[in-house]
Amino acid sequence: MGLARKDLLRMQELTADEIRLILDTAESMKQVAGRDIKKVPALRGKTLINLFYEASTRTRTSFEIAGKWLSADVINVSTSSSSVSKGESLKDTGLTLQAMHPDIVVLRHPASGAAEFLAKQLAASVINAGDGAHEHPSQALLDLFTIREKKGRLEGLKAAIVGDIAHSRVARSSIHGMRKVGMEVRVAGPRTMLPCFIDRLGVEVFTDLERAIADVDIIMMLRLQLERQQAGLFPSVREYSRLFGLTLPRLKGAKSDVLIMHPGPLNRGVEIAPEVADGPYSLILNQVENGVAVRMALLYLLAGGGQAA
Amino acid sequence: MRILIAGGRVIDPASGVDEVFDLLIEDGRIVRIGKDVRGAEPPEASKGKRSKAAKNAESAINVDRVMDAAGLVVCPGLIDMHVHLRQPGREDKETIATGTLAAARGGFTAVCCMPNTDPVNDTRSVTEFILDTAKREGAVHVYPVGAISKGLRGEELAEIGELFESGCVAVSDDGRPVMNAELMRRAMEYAGMFDLPVISHCEDLHLSGKGVAHEGIVSTELGLCGIPSTSEAAMVARDILLAELTDARLHIAHVSAAESVRLIREAKARGVRVSCEASPHHFALTEEAVRGFDTNAKMNPPLRSESDRQAILAGLRDGTIDVIATDHAPHTAQEKEQEFDVAPFGVIGSETALALTLTTLVASGTLSLNQAIAKLTSEPARILKLPKGRIAEGADADLTIFDPDREWTVDTSGFASKSRNTPFHGWRLKGGTVATIVAGKVVWEA
Repeated sequence: MGLARKDLLRMQELTADEIRLILDTAESMKQVAGRDIKKVPALRGKTLINLFYEASTRTRTSFEIAGKWLSADVINVSTSSSSVSKGESLKDTGLTLQAMHPDIVVLRHPASGAAEFLAKQLAASVINAGDGAHEHPSQALLDLFTIREKKGRLEGLKAAIVGDIAHSRVARSSIHGMRKVGMEVRVAGPRTMLPCFIDRLGVEVFTDLERAIADVDIIMMLRLQLERQQAGLFPSVREYSRLFGLTLPRLKGAKSDVLIMHPGPLNRGVEIAPEVADGPYSLILNQVENGVAVRMALLYLLAGGGQAA
Repeated sequence: MRILIAGGRVIDPASGVDEVFDLLIEDGRIVRIGKDVRGAEPPEASKGKRSKAAKNAESAINVDRVMDAAGLVVCPGLIDMHVHLRQPGREDKETIATGTLAAARGGFTAVCCMPNTDPVNDTRSVTEFILDTAKREGAVHVYPVGAISKGLRGEELAEIGELFESGCVAVSDDGRPVMNAELMRRAMEYAGMFDLPVISHCEDLHLSGKGVAHEGIVSTELGLCGIPSTSEAAMVARDILLAELTDARLHIAHVSAAESVRLIREAKARGVRVSCEASPHHFALTEEAVRGFDTNAKMNPPLRSESDRQAILAGLRDGTIDVIATDHAPHTAQEKEQEFDVAPFGVIGSETALALTLTTLVASGTLSLNQAIAKLTSEPARILKLPKGRIAEGADADLTIFDPDREWTVDTSGFASKSRNTPFHGWRLKGGTVATIVAGKVVWEA
């Protein structure tokens, strides 16, 4: 059984059943990662193009490894984001790629909606690997997978997402994903980084970190984009860190078994203290590890692999 | 050339006429308005008990053409006080020829073109080029709007006196705001010497930032940078205060936010000389149209929330909003077929404005047909002091004939405009232009 859709663009459009199917499939994919020979023939003869308009280490590598372990032919195309406004249009790039008949295109792009735009141009499946501040569904799925792996369940758990919610595609995808599987979601950050009407997505809103994390099961810290300081969204890294950085003393007020997540890359000492990032409840490296399995599941389900891996 | 428009429902908001009349047009003017005009002259021809048809057949008046307007509305030619004709400079998007033909197709007999061309209309030579080209190639009357500041840079005043002398009917830096309040104050004082209205594109660029859509639930969900309503309203408030200070005539372009409507309503009650316009897309659509990242729903000011739309409707109803104007802003397909962040702001509107007005405002009871027509004819004529927008013997024969009941589906492939960037493609609308008459000449006919 595959996903009954051509593309994966948004968590907002997935059903709870689809999310469960992806997570369950990822579990069997994870077994491949534990094997001596990490290769199954599921996507042999299929072509995967990683089209990245933004710098990315973990997401691009993760999709690349996922494709290779499934025996797909993987091509990486990196374009600097400056070519968004000059040079070849995304439409022409899409038409050019289409002429080479890829089966899956993974797109990372700085403009919200870019994946949806490309998906309309291509017969191939498009996976949104992050579009502007809109969505980053594979990240949200690997986070759900990691939480389920640790807690054994998702429903009824409570999570706090902390940081620049306004500009975060991870936050949006996580909010939709977590809500769909029955989790409670809080968001917390400076008032300047909380987008209007965010509560209408079914989340509780906090500007006090300690209150936000008091009784949650998961704390998801977001990366602070340092250039937001020039935009006037926070006064200084020092003050941001003082008010919204996750430190050991702050964690004392949280549940004793709280799990800490971060989509990376980390600003150590800014939004997360090193001893928290490297501490016993940190799932940060589990997230990276599980990223490969979840992306294998996505590729497999979208490329319509005939037999199970 | 003599044309008889027979048996139409003549609606002239300026004089309050709403009655079935014949109109006789000759040499570019309306020469007679009345019942049975053709049969009535010479007077003896109306005697006896002959049928109307027979009377017409034997009529002593020779006309070159009889246009049967039974069941149709005949009103003053519509005036669109806010269009972008793109010539000179961006003839790939629109030209004076195609833009005015699109206007004629939409029932407009006059348009005011904004100065953000390349070069900018900030000097006599550009104004004269526009007027000359319009005379040669234009389907309808063209009234240029000159720039407030040189190059629309917001630094120094343009030569507003010369722009006025060469034919500009207002000044505006439309497309961008005059961010410097001191310069805007001086522009109002200076334009006041010529009694020229200052048309303000109200937007605080700092508040708009990198915004591409209304700051609301949709921008939050889609992860698009928002343009808050306050970006517009703060400048509306500033310009109202400056108009009070200078006693200038201020016209606020394309009002989109509830806060702006409230500020203008309050200012009018205080006696400030302020008027404003709303565009069909702002009373027919909301931010919801942006979902799916449809770049044909990207314009500035952006489509706002349903409560803003309701405020626009209320403002139209109570007269706070004087005018309906399109902000017709053509862009090429390749410019719009881009990421939402990158695509240019703007939609075309000339060929859908009348039908959207009739469908969205009149059919719903928000405005009477008379009120709606006033906002498209006599009101813009009053604000710009144009000798247009009325039906009277001796007046210019600029007339629009439309069928208020004709239903049609918007299909951009038939548009006269060079561009296709409208969010209304495929919409079912009620009310269609039948004929557009400019200076006694039929310039467009269904």
